[in-house]
Amino acid sequence: MTILINSVIILSLLLGTFFIVMTAVGLVRFPDAYTRAHAASKSATLGVLFILIGVFIYFWQIEGTYNSRIILGIVFIFITGPIGGHIMARAAYFSGVKPTERTVRDDLKEEYERKKRSL
Amino acid sequence: MRINDVILRTVVRFVVFIILTLAIYLFFAGHYSPGGGFIGGLVIASAFVLLYVTFDIEKVKKGIPVDFKKVAALGVFLAVGTGFGSVLFGVDFLTQAAKKFHIPLLGEKELGTVMLFELGVALTVVGVVMTIIVSIAEGDGD
Repeated sequence: MTILINSVIILSLLLGTFFIVMTAVGLVRFPDAYTRAHAASKSATLGVLFILIGVFIYFWQIEGTYNSRIILGIVFIFITGPIGGHIMARAAYFSGVKPTERTVRDDLKEEYERKKRSL
Repeated sequence: MRINDVILRTVVRFVVFIILTLAIYLFFAGHYSPGGGFIGGLVIASAFVLLYVTFDIEKVKKGIPVDFKKVAALGVFLAVGTGFGSVLFGVDFLTQAAKKFHIPLLGEKELGTVMLFELGVALTVVGVVMTIIVSIAEGDGD
């Protein structure tokens, strides 16, 4: 049983670290602000989530303390992480950051122009 | 242009309650684990700041009709009052006392006058932080 729990903890922490390293790689390699926001908000959220789950299982099964603050933290990160990415990408779009040249369509542009004209 | 920010508004409506719950937890956990009045007050202030960032300043003022300068004054009064409360019982200034009580749903709990002092600290922190932030945000002063 201990071996099983330990392997779950190790797997969870490894997955979390993997996703966070992938976030860093994405931030360096992606071409513009929007793809970077995509990498940062999704992958980092999942990475932190896996690490918190591993920490929670460790304290619950090995140390024997049921730490509900970690559950609250998981829920909180899960709600607010993508919202942060969304708000930053929106702020970048409205302040005129150009997407990369390889973009094929921009659905928000027509709507944005229409709103600006109707003002 | 009125920018449509329904996602932020909807999420903040839920998240503020999580933050306030955490603030109350931190306040009450302060005696035996990390936390206390200062941190609790700062977390409450951060929840209010989140509301101010998301909604209009007039709307939040209508929802939370509190003068934060008075909150800070009440906090300092409470903290000093617990100090003088011990003088009334014939012991030194700021001597704290604690006693075990039996509370119906929660069981045996230890209640101390330190909690009132910490409540004063929390109210002071909330009042001061919110006064600073709101007066900077308004700009022209009042």
